[in-house]
Amino acid sequence: MITILQQHSAALLVALPLLFAFLTPLTAKLNAKLSKLVIFIGLALITLTAAIVSFDVFSTGTKLYVMGAELPSVAKPASLTIPVRIIFEIDAFSAFMILIAALIAVVACVYSLRFIKESTSKYYSVFFLMLAGMFGLLSTGDLFNLFVFIEVLSLASAGLIAFRHNEVESVEAAYKYLIISSLASLMILFAIGILYGQYGLLNIAALAKALRFSFVDVVALALLVSALAMKAGSVPMHFWVPDAYSRAPAAITALLVVASQACLYALFRISFTLFGAFPLIQLIAWAIIILGLLSMFVGVTMALPQKDIKRLMAYHAISQTGYMLLGVGLGLLANNSAMAPFGLKAMEGGIFHIMNHAMYKSLLFLTAGAIIYATGKRNLDELSGLAKKMPFTTIFFIIGAAAIAGLPPTNGFASKLLIYESAYMFNPLFSIIAMIVSVLTLVSFVKVFCAAFLGPELKELADVKEVPKSMLLAMLLLAFFVLLFGLFPSFVVKTIVEPAANALLNQAAYIGAVL
Amino acid sequence: MNGSSVIVKVVSLAIILPALTFGLYIIAHGHLTPGGGFQGGAIIASALAIFLVAFAKQASKTLRKNLLSALECLALLGFIGLSFLGLGKSFFFNFLANSGLIFGQAVPFGPNPGFINTAGVIPLMNFFVGLEVSCALTIIVLTMLKAGGDKK
Repeated sequence: MITILQQHSAALLVALPLLFAFLTPLTAKLNAKLSKLVIFIGLALITLTAAIVSFDVFSTGTKLYVMGAELPSVAKPASLTIPVRIIFEIDAFSAFMILIAALIAVVACVYSLRFIKESTSKYYSVFFLMLAGMFGLLSTGDLFNLFVFIEVLSLASAGLIAFRHNEVESVEAAYKYLIISSLASLMILFAIGILYGQYGLLNIAALAKALRFSFVDVVALALLVSALAMKAGSVPMHFWVPDAYSRAPAAITALLVVASQACLYALFRISFTLFGAFPLIQLIAWAIIILGLLSMFVGVTMALPQKDIKRLMAYHAISQTGYMLLGVGLGLLANNSAMAPFGLKAMEGGIFHIMNHAMYKSLLFLTAGAIIYATGKRNLDELSGLAKKMPFTTIFFIIGAAAIAGLPPTNGFASKLLIYESAYMFNPLFSIIAMIVSVLTLVSFVKVFCAAFLGPELKELADVKEVPKSMLLAMLLLAFFVLLFGLFPSFVVKTIVEPAANALLNQAAYIGAVL
Repeated sequence: MNGSSVIVKVVSLAIILPALTFGLYIIAHGHLTPGGGFQGGAIIASALAIFLVAFAKQASKTLRKNLLSALECLALLGFIGLSFLGLGKSFFFNFLANSGLIFGQAVPFGPNPGFINTAGVIPLMNFFVGLEVSCALTIIVLTMLKAGGDKK
């Protein structure tokens, strides 16, 4: 059993969520308790597989898996000149993202135990489907496969955003998300068509080697970058984020954060690996940096006047995405130049921020979900004095808010400091903007804290109680990691962030693993 | 909903059976000709949609959502189960091809009219996809019929 898990872990990462996505509704028809057990086993197996995959990759290097081949670890039999089958290629950066996705999946599942009361089998079925899309997107080494998994991810996400389909706003948000996702998917498909038409290749590694950077290739690159930036929720294309994040159930919002980051992963994979040798890559780097700065600033300024607690947090999610774009964009700009050491630091900051953001943002969304669960209200004007009624939620909120504002000793401080320091070497303005945005973030979260948790106790909220233990446990888990990574950032950076950044920079290794 | 007039019923009876057969044909020849599970499943679903419109009364007894969604889950499980069975070599490994068992005939070299008894697990997967798609699309039609409102 364990050997099968180890040998086929890369494929099982997608296969197991699919299997349990189909098994859940069937068992729910037979017996409700049995279906709970199936969900639990499924989640445990998926997490175990994700852990095995990332451990393998971090200890032994890039992992290949060829679907349907005699020998799954051999990318290309000697008789062929190009890889023809679907290949999963998991390098350190993919493994890093897989770890994040698995952690948030576990937390979201624990949180949902009590949070989701009706149509649980539908919920978990689509939940598993979303995981399959996410893991597939993170581990595939095939461009068309990337498109397929983005589609699986988008459709499952849209289904879960509309989970509370008796609320008009949820359906509207899901519809908006669906339209924008399909627009992005079409752009991606068109770009893949352009590349396939010229080179007859779909494998990312083989394509990266064959690219000649003709005019239409640049068109394909522009299409891919803009579509993936749209899916990641970067500023000029961010309008789906506030609706989708604020209307999805809180546990799903946490997963949606990771889903957006999976699209960010695809953006970085395209710009670093597929188009890494592009002579004008500086232009793309600048585009990513400017998108990042815009997202940071516009996101936070739009968050300030918000009254709806989850909508406010959603705008902050846009703003935090800007930090990742800025950090990794600087890395792309400095690649192979005299500034490369600073670029690497900036990238480490950006990539570390992906992980930190997934944790504290999920934590914040879960606390917002807890507030809505306990009070039934989401408008800050109608909330007051919750600190006495919900002490644990208050503590978790403080930890999350400190992390998003970049206060020590939380993980947000560690990654933001890396970005400030290295961005300063490129242009002091970058750091100044990043710091101002952090201050504004702090302002905004102090406002939320004062409005919701401090102040007089309201009569309408007299019978509010702390949320159930399973929800608290989920938040505790995230708060623990937020503090742990804040206290020992150098250990985390050394063991997983640095390999991830190096894997992203090393285009030759990605190509060499397949060809 | 009481179904349609006699004329509609007779004409749709004349269409439904050929359409179902054609759908099955497309699914069964998925590994030889253009088409396959999805396309054939869609054709079967359209035949079922005609059945639903023309014979609303009988259809509401036979085409139940619960049954269809259970069938759908079984089909999906069959598909993913077949790919799991290849795990001896790798995920999605075609373990039936050239084995002499069902769909296991080896394809002779050179131009040929197309042998249906070939390609291993691919035709089986096509059948599962066909079942899945026809059930899912029928569920969508059923839901839309309901959303249209049975005001009578």
